[in-house]
Amino acid sequence: MTKQPAIELKNITKRFGAKVIANNNVSLTAYHGEVLSILGENGSGKTTLMNMISGIYFPDEGQIFVNGKEAVIASPKDAFGFKIGMIHQHFKLVDVFSAAENIVLGIDGGKYNLKKSTEEIKKISEQYGFDLDPEKKIYSMSVSEKQTVEIIKVLYRGADILILDEPTAVLTPQETAKLFDVLRKMRDDGKCIIIITHKLHEVLSLSDRVSVLRKGEYVGTVNTAETSESELTEMMVGKKIDLNIERSDPKDPQDRLVVKDLDCINRDGVAVLDSISFTARSGEILGIAGIAGSGQRELLEAIAGLQHISQGDILYNDPKSGKTENLRDKTPVQIRDLGVRLSFVPEDRLGMGLVANMDIVDNMMLRSYSKGRSAFLERKAPKDLAMKIIKDLEVVTPGASTPVRRLSGGNVQKVLVGREIAASPTVLMVAYPVRGLDINSSYMIYNLLNEQKEKGVAIIFVGEDLDVLLELCDRIMVIGSGKITGIEDARTVTKEQIGLLMTKTGEEE
Amino acid sequence: MIIQFICRAILLGVPLLFGSVGEIVTEKSGHLNLGIPGVMYVGAISGIIGSFFYEQACGNDIAKMNALLAVLIPLLCAIVGSVIMGLIYSFLTVTLRANQNVTGLALTTFGIGLGNFFGGSLTKLGGGEATFIALTKTSGFFSTKLPFADKLGWFGDIFLSHDFLTYLAIIVAVIVGFVLNRTRVGLNLRAVGESPATADAAGINVTRYKYFATCIGSAIAGLGGLQYVMAYANGVWTNNAFGDRGWMAIALVIFALWKPSVAIVGSFLFGALCNANNYIQGLGTATQELFKMLPYVVTIIVLVVISMRKRREFQPPAHLGLPYFREER
Repeated sequence: MTKQPAIELKNITKRFGAKVIANNNVSLTAYHGEVLSILGENGSGKTTLMNMISGIYFPDEGQIFVNGKEAVIASPKDAFGFKIGMIHQHFKLVDVFSAAENIVLGIDGGKYNLKKSTEEIKKISEQYGFDLDPEKKIYSMSVSEKQTVEIIKVLYRGADILILDEPTAVLTPQETAKLFDVLRKMRDDGKCIIIITHKLHEVLSLSDRVSVLRKGEYVGTVNTAETSESELTEMMVGKKIDLNIERSDPKDPQDRLVVKDLDCINRDGVAVLDSISFTARSGEILGIAGIAGSGQRELLEAIAGLQHISQGDILYNDPKSGKTENLRDKTPVQIRDLGVRLSFVPEDRLGMGLVANMDIVDNMMLRSYSKGRSAFLERKAPKDLAMKIIKDLEVVTPGASTPVRRLSGGNVQKVLVGREIAASPTVLMVAYPVRGLDINSSYMIYNLLNEQKEKGVAIIFVGEDLDVLLELCDRIMVIGSGKITGIEDARTVTKEQIGLLMTKTGEEE
Repeated sequence: MIIQFICRAILLGVPLLFGSVGEIVTEKSGHLNLGIPGVMYVGAISGIIGSFFYEQACGNDIAKMNALLAVLIPLLCAIVGSVIMGLIYSFLTVTLRANQNVTGLALTTFGIGLGNFFGGSLTKLGGGEATFIALTKTSGFFSTKLPFADKLGWFGDIFLSHDFLTYLAIIVAVIVGFVLNRTRVGLNLRAVGESPATADAAGINVTRYKYFATCIGSAIAGLGGLQYVMAYANGVWTNNAFGDRGWMAIALVIFALWKPSVAIVGSFLFGALCNANNYIQGLGTATQELFKMLPYVVTIIVLVVISMRKRREFQPPAHLGLPYFREER
């Protein structure tokens, strides 16, 4: 069986500004009837490269060949002309439109007839086994439904080269399996599927070949059947690293934080947390899993005193005094002084934890400014702390006086976590601490958390990568639509079980 | 008297209808054009300039004036004038990505100043001692009624007795509503206002849509200014007489929930509310002013009700007021 090349990239280079080289001299080929994975860490230029095929960016140097002929792809429209369709990581859908309206959006010519289009969409859905109501509005859809709309959108335009950017980042394991089935069906149909990912097990289970990028450079392509997880990691990172997270058994666990029947109602009057009860123990990592937006953020903020609680108690057992305090009646500053720390990494990393325009020292002072006694600021201690964090956590920065917005995501996260740990907390809450971080930085954060666990800190870890949660945590609590759907022992539970719990309440309603 | 009240309400409502339909078109592309009062002002003065010179060219002799030209010249002038304003706005906000609010407010100030400047100059050119320009002849052509309107009693008075711009306003509003909701162009335009990145990825030329929407919207709004001077004010231009009608048109956009069909009803309701104080007996000066607040009070009530209902369809375009730059990372 000889396969026809669908896309060939030759010596592609793309720069942003004078200094940032997103892609340097990348050449690779994708064939019809195969799934090609583009593997690389965050910031390795995978998305930029694919954006050049789909017409969002234009390469500075190099050529693109589509089906053997040189092609100039200057706009997304050109890309459609070459039957190339891209499903972006951040969905490009209009919220107030129905699925059908989104799918026909931007198509030229022909009479505008939504009814006829709806029929065609239904036909495509049946062909590949999608489940979609074309008249449903996007804003009332789940993430996986939105993704389905995106995929049908490119199929409707007759794309036979599909590019998917991190398609599984927001899906449950069950949804992922379903998506992969669909993708395999398309591959057998002769379509060329390119999938961008940094998850190794997905690469191994789905793709035929893997191309690896590292820091904008093309490293190589291997057949999936002939490679292994460790070889791929080495190609991706450039050196051998140990992929196992050490998990020690909790020592002398004590109930540190007891949450009882917590209810929370958000600004719009919608219940975001519904009778949440759990216990966080010292020397233990409690993982929180759930589909994004199920109430994880509100839960952590409620404990930190940032969210109004409508009902329930948060009892904190102080290890020093042995007294039990109810955090519900306390201000964020009082809670923090008790040793409860929140390290929050929302999508906008610099939103709540650090001030982007201030340097590392000043950001350290955000926690300590109230301690000084004189009228002037005490700068010595924060500066020492900043230098210590830079040295201990290998923060890559020109100096302690660099504004944190100039640092890369991983380094920003190290500064934030470093500061929170330096205050020797008794409860450490982290949300998505490794989002957007490369493998090295991620493992450094995991090790930091483990060190804290050894010291007897109660850690609450909100994560999105179930594999990591299963390896790192002692117990995993699953939240679905603001309710606890299960608390499982991370050593015995399987990924599929967690996935089922994640969608549990969603299906009942 | 009720018939007179209704006719008056419609007459007052038409400039608002033009203004708000123009603003709806613009806002659907994601651009909040606060320059609409200025655009309407410029539309009005451009029409005045056109008809002024046409009347002069005919030696102020109504017998020499051609009815069609007397209407078409001011109409085209108003459109050209307001489109130029729209172009200034779109160049600043789309191409240069300037702040939309600041640009819009500047354009309003500029438009009013420009109108007053030319208004003053024309007054001088016209000679005489008057502080206004009276183009009653042209206005006469504009307000020509349908010939059989008088014979149909109250029905003719309410529905058939208006100037042709009133009917044009309703037709434009209906067409805009149809285009927005039933055509591919409308779908694309709404997508540009909701999520330009999505529209861009779908192969829609975002910049072109924004330019066209702003300029067409301005042209429609400019006609509102023209209707005001020609039909409402009987061709008499006085500096600053246009008042705050432009702002009311913007309020009407919110009242109409960005739907041209609702704007038709809304504009006549606003017209009625503006005028109610003249038809209620025994109001003092102070209470009259209170009555003039009614349109704004109604807008605020509508805003409160919408925010309580929380229907996504009733919200403004999601990307309203925000610039779009494709390669932004």
